[in-house]
Amino acid sequence: MKNLKKVLGIGVVAAASFFIVAADHIDAPAVQGGSSDITDFYAFQGENTNNLVFVANVQGLISPSASADAVFDESVLVEINIDTNGDNVEDLVIQAIPRDGKMYFFGPVAPSQTGLNSTIATTAVNTGWVDITAYGEAAVTETNTMGMTFFAGPRDDPFFMDFAQYSAIIGGTANGFNDPGADTFAGTNVMSIVVEVPKSMIGGSGTINTWVESKKK
Amino acid sequence: MKTIKRISVVFALSCLVFNCSTDDDNNTMMENQPDFSGTYRQQDQMGRPAVNTVFVSSASKDAFNVTIPSEQNAAFQSMFQTNLEALSPAYANADDKNALMLDAATFTGLLATDVLNVSLDGITTFYDGTNVLTGRALADDVITVELLLIFGGEDFSENPQLSNDNVSANDKDFLSSFPYLASPW
Repeated sequence: MKNLKKVLGIGVVAAASFFIVAADHIDAPAVQGGSSDITDFYAFQGENTNNLVFVANVQGLISPSASADAVFDESVLVEINIDTNGDNVEDLVIQAIPRDGKMYFFGPVAPSQTGLNSTIATTAVNTGWVDITAYGEAAVTETNTMGMTFFAGPRDDPFFMDFAQYSAIIGGTANGFNDPGADTFAGTNVMSIVVEVPKSMIGGSGTINTWVESKKK
Repeated sequence: MKTIKRISVVFALSCLVFNCSTDDDNNTMMENQPDFSGTYRQQDQMGRPAVNTVFVSSASKDAFNVTIPSEQNAAFQSMFQTNLEALSPAYANADDKNALMLDAATFTGLLATDVLNVSLDGITTFYDGTNVLTGRALADDVITVELLLIFGGEDFSENPQLSNDNVSANDKDFLSSFPYLASPW
C-alpha cells in the first residue's frame, strides 16, 4: 500500500509540474522549481501557548525518491518578517541560512535595512543553529537559552488541495470540483524550517503582520 | 571591525553549543566559522496562501514577489479586483459581498497587501467559523476558506461546485509537539 502510494505520489508530481501551482508553490516564473521557491508559510500558537511557531517551506513537490538528495541552498536566505506596529514594514526579522549541514538562525532582531535587500544580522543577540535533519532520520531539534526552538529538514508537505481539479476549472475543461477531491500534494515532501519563539520576543500581545521572503546572494 | 563582529558571532554560537547541543564541537566551530557576508536580494515572498497564484496576472507574478508589502496595495489592488470579478460570478452585481461582508473592492484591498495577520493573544486560525485571520494553523483548510470567500457569496451558498475542493485535511496527521509537521514520505 505504501509503495503504491509512493508510486502515485510520483505520478502526481509529474502531472502537477505542468501547472502553475498552489499555496505559493511554483507561483512565479523567476522562482518556480528553484531552491528559493517558497511553497508555504504558517504562523500559529505553540503547544506552549506563550510561544508562536513560524513554518517556512521551500522547494515543493519533492518525491520520496528525490528527498534523500534534497538540500537547502547555501546562497538562499529565508527571512521571516514581523511587523509589530501595523504599517506592513518589518520591525523584526528572523533569518535562517544553511552552512555545512547546519541551519543558522539570527533574530528576532531589527533589520539593518528594511525591504528587498538584506545582510545577515550576525551581531544579533538572539541566535541559534540546528543540524539539518537528514531524510529518514528522526527530527533533530535544538532549543537555545532564550527559549527558541529550531528545526530544518525534509517534512511531509502540510499543504492540501485538489489543485489538479482547480487547474481544470480555470483551464475550462471542468465545471466544478469532485467530491471527494484528490489532494494533489499527497505523498510529497518539502524542505521545512520551523522556529518556535516566545511571544514576548515579537511584541508580546496584540496582532502582528508577518510574511516570509527568500533572498539570494 | 569585521573581525570583531566575527569574534562576537563565534562567541555567541559557542555559547549555544556549550549550553544546548549534545555534540560539543566548540573547537570545530572556532576553526570553521561560516561566512555570512554579502547582500541577499529578494526572490520570492508570501503572506497568505495562494494570493499570488490566484489574483496576480501571469505577467506580473515576478513583480508581485519583489514589491514590498507596504506598496502592494497601490500597485496591485485594481488588478486583484479585475481578476476576482473575472473569476467569480459571486461579485457580478455592484452590491455583491462575500460572507465577511466585503465587496470586491474591499476584499481585494485586504488581500493585495500579502501579509498574514497573527494574534499573539489566543487562537491562531485562518478561519474556524468564529475567528477570522488570526494566523494560519497547519490543519486549517485555507483553500476551501478562500474558495468560499471568492465564490460562496454572502452566505457561502452560491456556486457550491466551485466553493469547496472537498479536500479538507492533510494526507498525514500533524504532531501536537515541535516540529509539528509530519515526517516526510
